[in-house]
Amino acid sequence: MLKTRVIGVLAVKDEVVVQSIGFKQYLPVGVPSIAVEHLNRWGIDEIVLLDIHATLEGRRLRHDLVAEYSRHGQVPFAVGGGIGDIHDVERLIRAGADKVVVNTAAAAQPQLIAESAREFGNQCIVVSIDARRVGPGRYEAFTRSGRQATGRTPVELACVAERHGAGEIFLTSIDRDGSKAGYDADLITPVVEAVRIPVIVCGGVGRPVHLVEGIRLGASAVAAANFFHYTEHSVAVAKRYAENLGASVRLDTIVGYAGFEHNADGRLKKADDSVLEELRFVYIPEEVI
Amino acid sequence: MSDRAARIAIVDYGMGNIGSVCHALDWLGARHTVSNRAAELEAAAGIILPGVGAFDAAMRNLHALGLVQLLTEEVVARGKLFLGICLGMQLLAKDSLENGFTEGLGWIDGHVRAIEPSNGLRVPHVGWNAVSVCQSHPLFQRVGDEPYFYFDHTYHLQCGEDWIAGWCDYGERCVAAVQKDRIFGVQFHPEKSQRNGLKLLRNFLNAVYDPQP
Repeated sequence: MLKTRVIGVLAVKDEVVVQSIGFKQYLPVGVPSIAVEHLNRWGIDEIVLLDIHATLEGRRLRHDLVAEYSRHGQVPFAVGGGIGDIHDVERLIRAGADKVVVNTAAAAQPQLIAESAREFGNQCIVVSIDARRVGPGRYEAFTRSGRQATGRTPVELACVAERHGAGEIFLTSIDRDGSKAGYDADLITPVVEAVRIPVIVCGGVGRPVHLVEGIRLGASAVAAANFFHYTEHSVAVAKRYAENLGASVRLDTIVGYAGFEHNADGRLKKADDSVLEELRFVYIPEEVI
Repeated sequence: MSDRAARIAIVDYGMGNIGSVCHALDWLGARHTVSNRAAELEAAAGIILPGVGAFDAAMRNLHALGLVQLLTEEVVARGKLFLGICLGMQLLAKDSLENGFTEGLGWIDGHVRAIEPSNGLRVPHVGWNAVSVCQSHPLFQRVGDEPYFYFDHTYHLQCGEDWIAGWCDYGERCVAAVQKDRIFGVQFHPEKSQRNGLKLLRNFLNAVYDPQP
């Protein structure tokens, strides 16, 4: 059976991974290659790397950098930032990306989606929609790193993207970005119901239980960025927690935290002293491939 | 016989996530070359046909580069080990309906059709799915009983049971892997399936370097 994907998002600004808060504040975290390597080792299902200010600064995501980042992980790698035409798509795929994420260009010129999908297949094109709440229950899609209003709702844009052959929707809540308040259900539900292609949700994860909530909203994949930083084995621990709550996720890492308990915040509880004492003498050799 | 220096040729036909495949082979320490030139494909010990793309565009490119005849000569006639990944596996079929009817390489008697899952599952089929391996298979050694691999496709191959090496379940039974003589094809992306995928590629390399009788 298909497992629900847990996706790690790397927001990159000036070639440094940052924690983004509300699309306004950015806290530097570290080097993208190392972030890719860690997420990969900790058992992430997919990595989305976004050069968040590429369009604003009139740049394109450099394909030599993508080649370098991609080398550090053997998981699906989707990249986005400043993609403006089909040649950008081709360069990035060739360099080591498996999919491309298109935001501003997808809203402005949806024929780019159609053109790229015809050449590279639907599954290769992910359309990203950044949405902000503009009234009670009303949302508007924004482009250019959340700075430019499109005048359209996320549902409209998602339907346009699907009609033009997009393979997936990557839906981000600007309000919840960096808030640790959980996914925005009012934003997600209508989009999930409106399209027949997979929807990836992003924005607001602060505790592992939020991932499970996202899965229950009908998302095909749950994404988080800041949540995975600064915690050893954050991915494996969160996935074990989701599994314990009944979610169907892939647990394939050497360290799977089987039998460990979590507290209400989803953090690992300290295991019994006897267990820890035994662990001191367990040698887990790395499997030779 | 062991020829560690022999190269794996990754077919460059303007499609496919060639970078990812190269990175995985680098990780495994395999010598490889990315090429569409006859001399290099003929000299290679094994051929990998990667694929991310649309069927019709892929066949158009293969024809334009004169690769259809060359690959058929090398793989079917001379029995060179071949691995088709994702679209690279679908191209083995006789035809596809992606963007209209297109003829494929035709090495395996099968047809590529859109996925139509019965119970309202979303298409494309994206994510990690378990593969049920039909019998003990050289490519699926050391990966466990129900290994998870990464799938990402809108169309799938339908072919006779004889050629099927593995299944996955997505509303209907989807072909996950095929084998016919020395031709292997996998619908998932081993280069993107972490340890399971690397093991599968290692098994392929072992088959290339140490051919069993």
